[in-house]
Amino acid sequence: MLLFGPASYKLFGFIPGYIISLIIAVIGIGVFAYIIVRRIAPLVRSAPDHRTDNLAERIKKVIVIWLVQYRQPRYMLAGILHIVIFAGFLVLSIRTLALVFVGFSAGFEIPGFGGALGHAYYFIKDYAATFVLIACVVAAIRRGIFKPARYAAHKNYGTDHTVEAVFVLFVISVLMLTESLFEASGAAYNFNKAGQIEFFPPLSLTWIFKGLLLGFSFKTLQIVHVLMYFLHDIAFFFFLCFLPLGKHFHVITSIFNVFFMKLTKGKIKPVKYGVSEEELDALESFGVKKLEDFTWKHMLDFYSCADCGRCSDQCPANTTGRPLSPRFITIKARDLMFKNYPLSGKIYKSESLVGTIYTEDEIWSCTTCGACEEECPLGIEYIDKIVDLRRGMVEEGMVPQSLQKPLSALEKRGNPYGKMEKKRADWTNKEEFKEECEVKILEKKVTADVLYFVDSITSYDDNIQEIARRTSKILTKARVDFGILGKVEKDSGNEVIRFGEELLFQELRDHNIEAIEKCGAKKIVTADPHAYNTLKNEYPDLPPVQHISQFVAQKVISGDLSLGDAKNPEKIYTYHDPCYLGRHNGVYDDPRNVLDAINGLNRVEMKKSRDRSFCCSGGGLMLFYEPEEEVRMGVLRVNMAAEAGANVIVTACPFCLVNIEDAIKVAGKEGEIEVIDFTALVEEHLV
Amino acid sequence: MEILVCIKRVPDTAENEFELNSAGNDIDRDDLVYSVNEWDNYAVEEAIQIVGEHGGSVTVVSVGDDESEEVLRREMAMGADNGILLSDDAFEDSDSRGIASILKAEVEKGNYDLILTGAQADDGAAEVGGMLAAMLDLPYASLVNQIDIDGDKHIKVGREIEGGNKEMNEIELPCVLSIQTGINEPRYVGIRGIRKVAQIEIPVKGASDLGIDAGSVGKDGAKMKRIDYFVPDLGEGAEMLEGSTDEIIEKLIEKLKSKGGLA
Amino acid sequence: MAQIFAYIPHKDGVADDIAYEIQAAAGKLDSNAQVTAIVTGSGDTLDKVAGHLTSLFKEVIKIGHDDLAYPNAEVVRKALCNVLPSDAIILAPHNTFGMDLVPGLSIKFDSACASDVIDFEGTEGATLKIVRQVLGGIISTHNDLDISNGAVIAIRPGAFAPVEDGSEGGTIVDKSGDAGDISTKRRFLEIVEAEVGDVDITKSDVLVSIGRGIEEEENIGVAQELAEAMGAVVSCSRPIVDAKWLEKSRQVGTSGQTVKPKVYLALGISGSFQHMGGIKGDPFIIAINKNANAPIFQVADVGIIGDILEFMPELTEKIKDL
Repeated sequence: MLLFGPASYKLFGFIPGYIISLIIAVIGIGVFAYIIVRRIAPLVRSAPDHRTDNLAERIKKVIVIWLVQYRQPRYMLAGILHIVIFAGFLVLSIRTLALVFVGFSAGFEIPGFGGALGHAYYFIKDYAATFVLIACVVAAIRRGIFKPARYAAHKNYGTDHTVEAVFVLFVISVLMLTESLFEASGAAYNFNKAGQIEFFPPLSLTWIFKGLLLGFSFKTLQIVHVLMYFLHDIAFFFFLCFLPLGKHFHVITSIFNVFFMKLTKGKIKPVKYGVSEEELDALESFGVKKLEDFTWKHMLDFYSCADCGRCSDQCPANTTGRPLSPRFITIKARDLMFKNYPLSGKIYKSESLVGTIYTEDEIWSCTTCGACEEECPLGIEYIDKIVDLRRGMVEEGMVPQSLQKPLSALEKRGNPYGKMEKKRADWTNKEEFKEECEVKILEKKVTADVLYFVDSITSYDDNIQEIARRTSKILTKARVDFGILGKVEKDSGNEVIRFGEELLFQELRDHNIEAIEKCGAKKIVTADPHAYNTLKNEYPDLPPVQHISQFVAQKVISGDLSLGDAKNPEKIYTYHDPCYLGRHNGVYDDPRNVLDAINGLNRVEMKKSRDRSFCCSGGGLMLFYEPEEEVRMGVLRVNMAAEAGANVIVTACPFCLVNIEDAIKVAGKEGEIEVIDFTALVEEHLV
Repeated sequence: MEILVCIKRVPDTAENEFELNSAGNDIDRDDLVYSVNEWDNYAVEEAIQIVGEHGGSVTVVSVGDDESEEVLRREMAMGADNGILLSDDAFEDSDSRGIASILKAEVEKGNYDLILTGAQADDGAAEVGGMLAAMLDLPYASLVNQIDIDGDKHIKVGREIEGGNKEMNEIELPCVLSIQTGINEPRYVGIRGIRKVAQIEIPVKGASDLGIDAGSVGKDGAKMKRIDYFVPDLGEGAEMLEGSTDEIIEKLIEKLKSKGGLA
Repeated sequence: MAQIFAYIPHKDGVADDIAYEIQAAAGKLDSNAQVTAIVTGSGDTLDKVAGHLTSLFKEVIKIGHDDLAYPNAEVVRKALCNVLPSDAIILAPHNTFGMDLVPGLSIKFDSACASDVIDFEGTEGATLKIVRQVLGGIISTHNDLDISNGAVIAIRPGAFAPVEDGSEGGTIVDKSGDAGDISTKRRFLEIVEAEVGDVDITKSDVLVSIGRGIEEEENIGVAQELAEAMGAVVSCSRPIVDAKWLEKSRQVGTSGQTVKPKVYLALGISGSFQHMGGIKGDPFIIAINKNANAPIFQVADVGIIGDILEFMPELTEKIKDL
């Protein structure tokens, strides 16, 4: 008697197996389709989003981030486990699909898999299943016993998902085991019966199981063979339908989420896609107030979150105990989507998100540093969502008192301090400086090749004005014909748009664009990364914009500027990447190269540097916001520098300078560690 | 509840550096920015919150020139239902009494249960609310930092008094209250909010519309007239006290005494 | 000039110290003035206050009534209207009570009104020249006040140097009978005391403000003692709050409270731009700091270079000895 496959086996002696297979498949696919349709319902009601541009770049993202899992090893153990399981899934998906057909037709073979290709595939597949099982066991031990801290749920935010995670690992393990047993039992039967030798890769699951099963009777092997098949079939369809019910929805959505992910950095999304700025006044509502105000991609983000906790692990707000954890921005929204759009029954009416699932402080706590987005292996974005929520809050008047004054000052005076416009260029009047360096004010037909865009803090803050004077000296030394806008310059608005005051930002931007056009400069330089970011990414049609570190790096190479020997060769320097220079604009190397061009200067890297730089607590309006927090971000940053063995922190941003200066005092590290601006270091070493 | 809030457009002290003009008889107004008086803004927020909870409407009124329309609009963007501008050349240079009598004429045209003013404005006099109440023969409370609506006959109000204490009163409606800052957290008004109300018509009323004798208000009617502005003498930089610790402390105590630093 | 009356508030049977300042202000207004004090209240405390004031004023009018037991300005105003001549010149303090009383009183008397007056600069005919401040105290103004039909003037506490205690041996006139109907539509209910530890530094005239120079949490007590001796309140700069040595409500600065004191004693505060942004109304600033280059010395009125930990205890001792 030959071995019956699942299709030809008669259950209870009379029900043909293929009928059972068919029923399982129809039910499985039907339920899955139904669930997916219900899951798509909120996306249909969502705000528009434009995500089909730049196809080549999108395909590249899918290959790099989704297929190659490029971001996974940033967390080494979890990353490798995930890559193993993910790769295993990709390999086994073919086999699983084939197995579904095996249920209908005995001896089904995937077209083209009859020969060498098939052998190669089976070889790989057997090992894939084995490694996936091992990875599942390790992962389950890690999640269930060691419980890494980043998976814990904050008491205010909800329950942790360890049970779900371990359960899914169990289901995956079942899939691996049943598939292997199905295969091994068949091979054992055939070997015992006909001496037919099937090759299995040594030490793979099938190889082991085959060895173990050889001693069993034909009857047992036949039962195991069929039983394992149906167990696998049921587990597969169960798994498929279970995925969209929780955090494992990402298994299905991730490829789409990565394909549609945001490609540009440093640029906030428009208030509403498809609505021009001129048409904004006609919009009934601004920003995100209720669930359906999110774009479909943002909703897809919510579905796609794997709850891996990397965003929150990197988030400086979460680290310092502010009431914000990006992971839960997503999880809470996803839970709400599940609740408001249940699998059966009617759809609930949405309520205001702020005040129900989010708090005002939670939304204001974000410094928009971008660490979360840099980390997310699924391309989930946060800054645009936070800004959209803030847009809604601004329209509803929900703005903390501490931010209302600077916003009103920005509206009236063009700077958050409420200082008078005519004093914006007062920093040029310091006597010793004036003798040394003349700064042109580009008005009344005075022109220059290069515009130095100073921005508010550097113009007005007594302690920060030095950056403006040093920048001017550096430009002068490089023999650049430059000037400033003076009193017609207004705040660049980088934080104004990020705090949700879209229309105020547009006013500031339009004013500045007009002034810049009028001044006739062919190039713009700034020493403020926040100004750099918004001028470069959010002001249309400007001349090229450079940060002073890029400018200096270029001039050092060209020989227009040269730097002498280190003045303090005994000191150990470390460079702190400002978020708006590094993460948002990818300027990591220029400032480092300049530091390294100073002969004899000792430089070390902090553990968290470059795209993992830790925000100092934000700039612009963030200086006015009063967060609840346990410790200041700056203090943690200063401690990181100390850990790296540095005694001088070099930064290239006026806000970083203010925050870290304060933090050194708060941390009680005065005398041990100091902070200086990039321009100070350069100016000091100019020869 | 029908609520009238009296508001004023003032130079924004937070966003201005005041200097005298070259003639020395006025402040240099060239670079000033104006906004709604801070206290008035709290009063409007309070009115909006009361109406939000108990129904009714909020009307904001201002005595001033055409530019005062800007602050009326801002408060309407905040949530006030109606705005009225009381403007007439005859109103110029009115003292507090003049302003109060102009407001009185408008109050009498309506049917208000509650009339709110800010506790004080840019001139720091804190007079208009009390004067308006006396002219209307309505009960009054100043420096109000709590309002509990517990009926339509009377309400409970808290007044902020010395030492951070609160004086609770029961006051009959209608009444006039002057509102102290900190009674609430005024909502933010963004550019968009203002644009939304940009097209709403704000009626402007002059002396004749209000039935006011032009001679009783403005400069002619004023019992107090401002003659000039001047900057009180301020030393430049700190006067450094030197000597032995004892000497320094002695000098310091003298300074403290003369400046009211010792209770 | 018409007769001058001084409304003297009192508490627990003791006249407010403003009495000495009002007497001084009256002297400045008219050096020949015969000033009549007015006190309202009830029972023994009223008699006690009136008796005490006879040493300072030639004549003391007392108005007693059960409804006047608590100084409800609405009630007081009615009583004064019934007792005083309509062309009277009435002086009162510009405080939370005065703001409640004064404007309405001037309307009832149809007389001139001036509030928060800090100086008088003489009379010409029926025109009194007064000085007051506008725009949060940044700018002062001269004003002509038409006192032909009397005036109600609220003077700023602390603006007039108080007179010495006198020995006038004045007489007490009981006008309780003239008060007439003083019923009003506003009824005093109770005083809700500020919560302990919930000090409102924005309302304090004198602030003892500490910064990083305090060095350790234990030293906060030293500053508290000094503040107590001065009758002041302790405030601080941000690092102190960050260190959780004081509550957030005590922080002065753009990210903390905006304060408008008269005197600001900055102890070990460097005077960052963020900190100074929270100080409004141009107070008299005294700065003590170890660092001679601290920016606070540029904005302070008086500066001392030294260690606050040395200065504070000695200053406290000396003030206690006064």
